[in-house]
Amino acid sequence: MSKLTKLAAGAAVAALFAANTSTAGTLDDVKAAGHVKCGISTGVPGFAFTDDGGAWQGFDPAVCKAVAAAIFGDTSKVKYTTTTGKTRFTALASGEVDMLARNTTWTFSRDTDLKLDFVGVNYYDGQGFMIPSELGVESAKDLDGASVCIQTGTTTELNLADFFRTNGISYEAVPIETNDEARTNYVAGRCDVYTTDASGLAATRSSLEDPAAHVLMPEIISKEPLGPLVRHGDSEWADIVRWTLNAMITAEELGVNSGNVDKMATGTDNPEINRLLGSEGDLGAMIGLDKAWAWRAIKMVGNYGEVFEQYIGADTPIGLDRGLNALWTQGGILYSPPFR
Amino acid sequence: MSQTTDIQGPPRQSFSIGKIWTDKRTRGLVIQLLATIAICAVVLYLANNVVENFQKLGKPFGFSFLQQESNYDINQTLIEYSSRSTHARAAVVGILNTLLVAVCGIILASILGFILGVLRLSPNWLVNKLAYCYIEFVRNVPVLVHILLVHGILVHSLPKPKQAIDVADSFFLTNRGFFVPKPIAEPLFWAVIAAFVIGLIYAFWYRRSARIKQAATGEQSPVFWVMLGSIIGLPVLVYILTGMPLAWEIPELKGFNFKGGMALKPEFMSLWIALSLYTAAFIAEIVRAGIEAVNKGQTEAALALGLPRRRTLNLVIIPQALRVIIPPLNSQYLNITKNSSLAIAIGYMDIVATIGGITLNQTGREMECMLIVLGLYLFFSLTISSIMNWYNKRLALVER
Ligand SMILES: N[C@@H](CCC(=O)N[C@@H](CS)C(=O)NCC(=O)O)C(=O)O
Repeated sequence: MSKLTKLAAGAAVAALFAANTSTAGTLDDVKAAGHVKCGISTGVPGFAFTDDGGAWQGFDPAVCKAVAAAIFGDTSKVKYTTTTGKTRFTALASGEVDMLARNTTWTFSRDTDLKLDFVGVNYYDGQGFMIPSELGVESAKDLDGASVCIQTGTTTELNLADFFRTNGISYEAVPIETNDEARTNYVAGRCDVYTTDASGLAATRSSLEDPAAHVLMPEIISKEPLGPLVRHGDSEWADIVRWTLNAMITAEELGVNSGNVDKMATGTDNPEINRLLGSEGDLGAMIGLDKAWAWRAIKMVGNYGEVFEQYIGADTPIGLDRGLNALWTQGGILYSPPFR
Repeated sequence: MSQTTDIQGPPRQSFSIGKIWTDKRTRGLVIQLLATIAICAVVLYLANNVVENFQKLGKPFGFSFLQQESNYDINQTLIEYSSRSTHARAAVVGILNTLLVAVCGIILASILGFILGVLRLSPNWLVNKLAYCYIEFVRNVPVLVHILLVHGILVHSLPKPKQAIDVADSFFLTNRGFFVPKPIAEPLFWAVIAAFVIGLIYAFWYRRSARIKQAATGEQSPVFWVMLGSIIGLPVLVYILTGMPLAWEIPELKGFNFKGGMALKPEFMSLWIALSLYTAAFIAEIVRAGIEAVNKGQTEAALALGLPRRRTLNLVIIPQALRVIIPPLNSQYLNITKNSSLAIAIGYMDIVATIGGITLNQTGREMECMLIVLGLYLFFSLTISSIMNWYNKRLALVER
C-alpha cells in the first residue's frame, strides 16, 4: 500500500471523524506533546540524512531543530516524519506534522489553494538536469526522445512538462516517488536524465559511485524558492517558524554564531543583537516564547551560514556555493526583515 | 400481517410493553429499526463532520478541479493525452491503464492457473511436485514483493536501448521496455475485419444447427474444423486476396530511445507478469479442488457408457468442476483488479497514480480524489462480480 494512499485515506478519515481539527493553537499542542512534529524528506544527501546513531541531520532538519531549541531549549525534541513529494502536503494538512522542512517550493497555488503558509525561503534554487557525461549531451534542448526520471507530485514535474512542450521536444516521463528511487533508476539506466532542484541534483550526484562521470546541464528552467511551511490558519505558529528562520539569517548578518552567542548575549553595543538575543526588550513574549528563544536556536543549531557550511557547503561532498543564498550584503539575495 | 396471524399459533393476547421483547417478530422489527436509526445517525454525523472540517480548513468541496489542465505528462496513454489535457482526462487515462493491466492479468492468470491446476493432478510425480512447489512458493510471498522483484529484474538485468537484445531485427528487448512492430491498417483492411465478423457469425450459427441436428438425428458434424475454418481461415484468405493490407511499423533506435512500433514498458510488464504469476497459483488450487470435487464415479460411468476420454472431460467433468470453480475464481479476479493498485510502487500510471496520486497532490483535493478512486474500484468490483454471477447462474444445475 502506498504511503500516499494511506495518508490520503487517513486525511479523509480524519476529516470524517475528527470532531475538531483545530487549526489554531499549534504552539499549545506542541508544548503539550513535548515535541515539534516535523515533516522532512525521505533522504537527500546533505539536506536530510540519518547519522551513524540513526538521528536525522541535515540542512532541512536544522530548521526543525532550531524551532525545537527556541521552544524547548532542546534540539532532540523533534519527532521527524519522512514524507515524499506526494505525501508531504497531506501530512501537513491532516495534522500529522506541525511543519514541513523538505526542499519544498513556494508557489502561488500551494500558498493559497492548498491552504498552506510558507514562512520564508531557506534555499533559493532552480530546476536542473543531470546526465551521464558519456552521452555527450550539452544542452537540455538536445534531450529529444530521452527518458527522464521525475518525482511525482512536485513542481519539477510540472516544469518538465512545460519545458518539453514549449521547446517542441518529446520525452518519456519515468515517474518515481523518492530521491533514492530516482537514483536507483538513473543508475540502472531506466532513465537517461534525472531532473529536480539543482541542489538536489548536486546532492544526488555526490552519492553516485563516480560523481565526475555525471554533468549538470547549463539550463536552469525554473525558480524554486525552497522553504519551511505550516498549515494555513494559525498565524501565531507561522510566526514562530518564520522568525526562527529569520533569526538564523539575521545572526549571520550580525556576526553572531554558535561560538560567540553566549558572550554576545550578555550585551553588546549593537541594539539589534541585543534585541535578537534578549538582553534588550522582550521580542520573545510577542511570539509566546521567552526572551532567550533566539539565543537558544543559534547556540544549539548555529546561524544560517554555519548550517549551510556544515551540511551542504563548499567543503562538504555536496559542494554547493552560496551563490544566490549568500547574504544580501555579500552579493546574494538572502535578506531577513529587521528584529525590531 | 393479518394473513399470517392464523399460522402464528396462539391467538394474540392484549398488548404489553414486555411483549416487544419477548415476541420474536416485534423484537426483530425493533432491532432492525434501531439499527437503521443508528446507521443513519453515524452517516449523518460523519457527513456533518466532513462539511465542518472542510469549512474550518477553508477548503471548498467540489469537483470543478477536474476541468482544469492537469499540467503533467503520463508515459503510457491508451487515448490522446498531453499535459494540456484536463484532470478528468488524466483520470480516464489512469482508468484505462488499470483496466488494461487487470484484463491482461485476468487472462494470463487464468491460462496459467488452469495449466498449473491440471499439472497438479498429473500422475507423473515430478510434474506434480514441481507444480506443487511453484504454487506453494508463489502463494506465500506477498504480491508486492513479486512486483518489485520482476521490476528489478527487468530494469537491472536487461540492457539499455543502445545494446538492445535484437530478435529478428524487429523485436527489441531493453530495460526501457519491449519494443514490437506495430500493425498499421491500410484502407482495404476493413474487408478482413468484415470477413472475420462474418466468419464468427457463421461459426456460431453452424455450431447451433449442428447441435440441433445431433439432438434430432444423432448425427455428428465436424464442428471444430468448420469453426476454425470460418473464424481463422476466412479472414486469412481475404487478407491474402486483398494483397495483405497491413503494414508493420518496425521500432528503430533514434537518439536516446526506440521510436515507432509498440512499447511494453517495464512498469506494465512487471505488474502484469507479477500479478498473473501470483494469482495463477491461487487459481491453480481452485481448479485442482474443482476437478477433484467431481465424483470419480462420474468418470467411470461416462467411460463405461463408451464416451471417449476427451468427451468425458469436456461433457462430464469440466461442466461439473466449473460449478465449484467459478465462485472462488470470481474473488481471484477481484483480487487482480484491486492488487493492480500496487502499481504505484513501480510507477505504473494507474488510477491510484493519476487521479489518486498526482492530481490529488497537485490540487490538494484529497477527499474528492479519494472518493473518486473508491467509487471506481467499487464499480469495477461490482461489474466483475455481476458478470461472474451471471456466468455462474448459467452453469448452475438446472433442477427439474
Ligand atoms: N522543489 C520541488 C521538488 C522537491 C523534491 O521533491 N525534491 C526532491 C529532490 S531534491 C526531494 O526532496 N526528494 C526527497 C524525497 O524524495 O524524499 C517541489 O517542491 O515540488
